[in-house]
Amino acid sequence: MNEQVVQKLSARFGEQTFETSEFRGELTVVVPKEKIVEVCRFLKEDVDLQFDLLADLCGIDMYTPMKRFGVIYNLYSLKNKHRIRLKTFTEEEDPKVPTVTSVWRTANWHEREAYDMFGILFEGHPDLRRMYLPDEFEYFPLRKDFPLMGIPGSLPLPKK
Amino acid sequence: MQPHIEDVSRKSKILEALEDQNTSVTFDDPLENDMILNMGPQHPATHGVLRLLVRLDGETVIGCVPELGYLHRGYEKLAENSTYHEYIPHTDRLDYLSPLSNNTAYVLAVEKLLGIEAPPRAQYLRVLISELARISSHLLWLGTMGMDVGALTVFMWTFREREKLYDIFEHLVGARFTTSFTRIGGLSHDVSPESLAMIQRFIDDFPDKLDECERLLNRNRIFVERCDGVGVITREQAIDLGVTGPCLRACGVEHDLRRANPYLVYHELDFNVPTYEGGDTLARYYQRNAEMKESTKIVKQVLQKMPAGEVQAFKPKKVLPSKERVYTKMEELIHDFMIVNFGVEPPVGEVYHAVEAPKGELGFYIYSHGEGYPWRLKIRSPSFVNLQSLPTMLKGAMISDVVAIIGSLDPVMGEADK
Repeated sequence: MNEQVVQKLSARFGEQTFETSEFRGELTVVVPKEKIVEVCRFLKEDVDLQFDLLADLCGIDMYTPMKRFGVIYNLYSLKNKHRIRLKTFTEEEDPKVPTVTSVWRTANWHEREAYDMFGILFEGHPDLRRMYLPDEFEYFPLRKDFPLMGIPGSLPLPKK
Repeated sequence: MQPHIEDVSRKSKILEALEDQNTSVTFDDPLENDMILNMGPQHPATHGVLRLLVRLDGETVIGCVPELGYLHRGYEKLAENSTYHEYIPHTDRLDYLSPLSNNTAYVLAVEKLLGIEAPPRAQYLRVLISELARISSHLLWLGTMGMDVGALTVFMWTFREREKLYDIFEHLVGARFTTSFTRIGGLSHDVSPESLAMIQRFIDDFPDKLDECERLLNRNRIFVERCDGVGVITREQAIDLGVTGPCLRACGVEHDLRRANPYLVYHELDFNVPTYEGGDTLARYYQRNAEMKESTKIVKQVLQKMPAGEVQAFKPKKVLPSKERVYTKMEELIHDFMIVNFGVEPPVGEVYHAVEAPKGELGFYIYSHGEGYPWRLKIRSPSFVNLQSLPTMLKGAMISDVVAIIGSLDPVMGEADK
């Protein structure tokens, strides 16, 4: 199944577009961020593949200057009972990634969570608010430069 | 009193989100008059600290915005700063109604990363505890669901059964609530014959007790009318919204990870994956009851088939050695010291492993840099994703059905907020 996915993707988008790797039988495809929506839509709508369930979407902080933030998409196909993983990277200065809410509606909250935790901006997201933390909170806690103990005074208590 | 500035800005953002929503619902007799109602976070029917902002026209819900985060404890950040073993007790606190399945899900993901496997007896025992956790979680759901729509007796009866299960857990694990039973490569200890006998007794009685509860509800006109056709979600909407678990199967999608991608020893066991059409609250009620019966079947088979043997894999440097050996052998002492202080050393790589938890697909994504700590650990919690379908289900429902619909989704905020 993994080979079929790679084959189909390279037939459609060209071989140079992707970096693929396999670990413990799980396929990871690194996609350039400009192509991510197109690739996701292709994987979802292709008759043989049908990755119709976006199981999970999460951010990651690689802590390297060129590819600071990543977004990871765990896709599942109900028809083939198969999982693959897509990955895309964005730089530190302007961490923008196109949203995939137009492909799967479930991406909405997952992307809000990734924004909340890493500050990754999803372009075209219908409702990009913080998921868990209050809106006045200025930091992104899952970034590697955010200290484990938190920043004292970053969350003002309500006045009596 | 002057309202606090920050409060105003926060409130307005949520309100804006509510106002941006498409509120076109057709129903009889609209008042054309909006009202916005805040529900929660302190509200008994939200099963935790879920907050909803509901927009109403008369008594009909035309829009809804759920607010999460009141129980956010930063478990993903904690995971990055604790070794793989240290993190096990934290998994108890995710879905605190079925800690045993969370323990199992987490260690399975770590074992996949390390490339090791637990011995057969441990695998059977993990199936056993996962299924008991499923029964316990669904029993709580059944009781509270009944209570949400006004049937109090069921609550008493299911809690009586849960109490027996918790006694079993206490005997089996040593703790009633926060179990932390699994270890990487096996279990913390083998189970005693007495606790297996307790499980056998419970499982023999359980179908009758469940039947008693069902007889209170199945033909109960108030219960059926409060649930039938309420909170409908179609198959396509459910898949699009990423709903998993009983809520998805109640829409007629036969998707169960125990069957689709078997882990542990599920491929050796005989069980059905029940599905119901309808996708409403009543279908979800039937669905969970049917699942409890299947779990009973699985537990019975496990008790018969379980082989004897070790419950910890023998993998030095990866699996904690037994205390006896640590105290008597030099090599094991060193390994124990290294694992406890610096953690196991996994290869560089990334894995995602998901199990069928009582609420749906519980997955752990681990990205490892080859250190004793995960570089990134993401918890894919079923409650979080299932809650996202709430606005879709609530649209067009009556305000009194909100309680029934939240109840039928079975969210646990410990897991949704992480």
